[in-house]
Amino acid sequence: MDYSTSPLSETPPPPPAAASVSGRTVRPGDRIFLGLSRGSGVALLVIMAAIAAFLTYRSVLAISGDKSNFFTTLDWNATGTEPKFGIAVLAFGTVVSSVIAMAIAVPVAVGIALFISHYAPRKLASPLGYVIDLLAAVPSIVYGLWGALFLVPHLSGLYGWLDDYLGWTGIFSYSNGAARSLFTVGILLAIMILPIVTSVSREVFLQVPRMHEEAALALGATRWEVIRMSVLPFGRSGVISASMLGLGRALGETMAVATVLSPSFLISASLLDPGGGTFAQNIASKFSEADTFGQDALIASGLVLFVITLLVNGAARLIIARRKEYSGASS
Amino acid sequence: MTVATSHRHRKVAEPRPPLALKQSRLPRWTLPVLALVAVGAGCGIGLVAGLDSTVQWGLIAALLFVLATYLLTTAVEGTRQAKDRLATSAVWTAFLLAVVPLASLLWETVARGTKVLDGYFLSHSMGTLPDALPGGGVYHAIIGTLEQVGLATLIAAPLGLLTAIYLVEYGRGRLAKVVTFFVDVMTGIPSIVAGLFVLSVWILILGFGPSGFAGSMALAILMMPVVVRSTEEMLKLVPNELREASLALGVPKWRTILKVVLPTSIGGITTGVMLAIARITGETAPVLLLVWGAKTINNNPFDGAQQSLPLYVFQQWQQGSDASYDRAWAAALVLIAFVMVLNLVARGIARWKAPKAGR
Repeated sequence: MDYSTSPLSETPPPPPAAASVSGRTVRPGDRIFLGLSRGSGVALLVIMAAIAAFLTYRSVLAISGDKSNFFTTLDWNATGTEPKFGIAVLAFGTVVSSVIAMAIAVPVAVGIALFISHYAPRKLASPLGYVIDLLAAVPSIVYGLWGALFLVPHLSGLYGWLDDYLGWTGIFSYSNGAARSLFTVGILLAIMILPIVTSVSREVFLQVPRMHEEAALALGATRWEVIRMSVLPFGRSGVISASMLGLGRALGETMAVATVLSPSFLISASLLDPGGGTFAQNIASKFSEADTFGQDALIASGLVLFVITLLVNGAARLIIARRKEYSGASS
Repeated sequence: MTVATSHRHRKVAEPRPPLALKQSRLPRWTLPVLALVAVGAGCGIGLVAGLDSTVQWGLIAALLFVLATYLLTTAVEGTRQAKDRLATSAVWTAFLLAVVPLASLLWETVARGTKVLDGYFLSHSMGTLPDALPGGGVYHAIIGTLEQVGLATLIAAPLGLLTAIYLVEYGRGRLAKVVTFFVDVMTGIPSIVAGLFVLSVWILILGFGPSGFAGSMALAILMMPVVVRSTEEMLKLVPNELREASLALGVPKWRTILKVVLPTSIGGITTGVMLAIARITGETAPVLLLVWGAKTINNNPFDGAQQSLPLYVFQQWQQGSDASYDRAWAAALVLIAFVMVLNLVARGIARWKAPKAGR
């Protein structure tokens, strides 16, 4: 389909001077250039292998020194002669905050993407897409600062209200502290991943074949019916993979969580009250006081985070690859 | 319908009223009026119930508007139109809902950041100034960020560029597939994991201390896959005819790549590299683990702790005094401005140098 399979680019026709030597001359310049470029590809693989190998090595050191179960312990005490630490709280906090973030961000992001691709006035649409792309570039520490100094004070009112009406569930009970809780982290993460999920979804929505939409319109469909019948089915896998990319970001986000959350090592059903922790946040806040063994322990938790994000991203790639086949067949 | 039949009651021949070609529709002014009423009701309810957050007022107003539109449209225009209106309202609400926090983020940063941002702030370091006192600046952080990001670019840009060239120009077979897959994997590495990797090798095993260079190695790991991806896309846009024309003239492949392929796509490649730089400039986590953050100017990125802008923001926030909050906002503004300018320039280059015969 492109030049990479074209026979012309495979062997360059040798110049007259070299033609007499043989049909396939490899010039030294070509050999060096191929070596360099292949070498950097290999270097990339080596780096990935090194990341996996060294993280695993240090993690094994840490986990073998752990005096309690690494996966179920509700404590992080990696110093002294009896180190006891476990990732249960971190896993809980990471999953819960990311799930909250996804639950808020994905519907809103799909809404914005639809707004830009199908609802906004034409003149507004492309600057809006531009602005969304720019917002995706705002550094996470700025979100963190804004979250800690602006969002947190503004959320206590909402949390009090939630407590009044939904407090009986246990999940939404709130005891009037600063709103530096997992739920706030979820909201902040949702705001952070909005631009990226939006911009990927918008790309997909814009690729919907015009004919599909026009066919639906010609049958008398309303705009919403056009979207439901032609845009959303076409874009579904794209939206899923966009959300997975956003999820990958939310899982690994460090600074925004570290500034907003007030951490504690217990699993509490109440998500509005301060407490809990995430993998990345725990590494950032425990790092400065950790000795070498403590750093190994943090590396072990980092390895778990690494594996989780790999799985999520891998799933996203699989879905994208499937979609490529699908759209290739239909267009 | 009843109106129509009563109007035509003289035509006895027609047993049924004629099918209306035009549906009954709400007048155009209905929606703006409904919106106004909803906003008014939202404010009213907010005031009466004593909610102190204006965001909640807005939410109530939005909910009222959506409900009222749905009910009214169902009554007048039918369910299908009502669903359409509902979807339109939902999409608009989603958009406005998202604009509020994002606009507030930018507004707060600019409003609070300009308080202490001046020439003095940009040209002085923190030095021995106690954190609770006003004064001090970000000069050392700017130096640190520029050096770390510069070094990271020096490592990542050539490697990424060559890898992309390999994938597009040479890559066939298993190695190319494996590399492509791992570039994708690498894109998803959380920044703190990249930091932990360099920590485990460079500091824990090789025994070096914290330095700007350690940070830039972690940043390079984060930057490389981004450069590979964007460069790959750009190289694929170069029309194949250009390569074939050059090869047909007997130009060696490596010169074809250097003199034909790269110059054609240089605009896009530059854009990709600049966007990657913008991305790693804002990374805090690896810098926190590897550069540690110094209060004084350290011009040597290979020796001793340095500072960087995002880390400075974080550390000033940690100090928790009003003066340090002001400095954190000002530094955040400098950081955002830097990243935005990089983005805008990069996109400008992309538009200016876009390949004419793309796709």
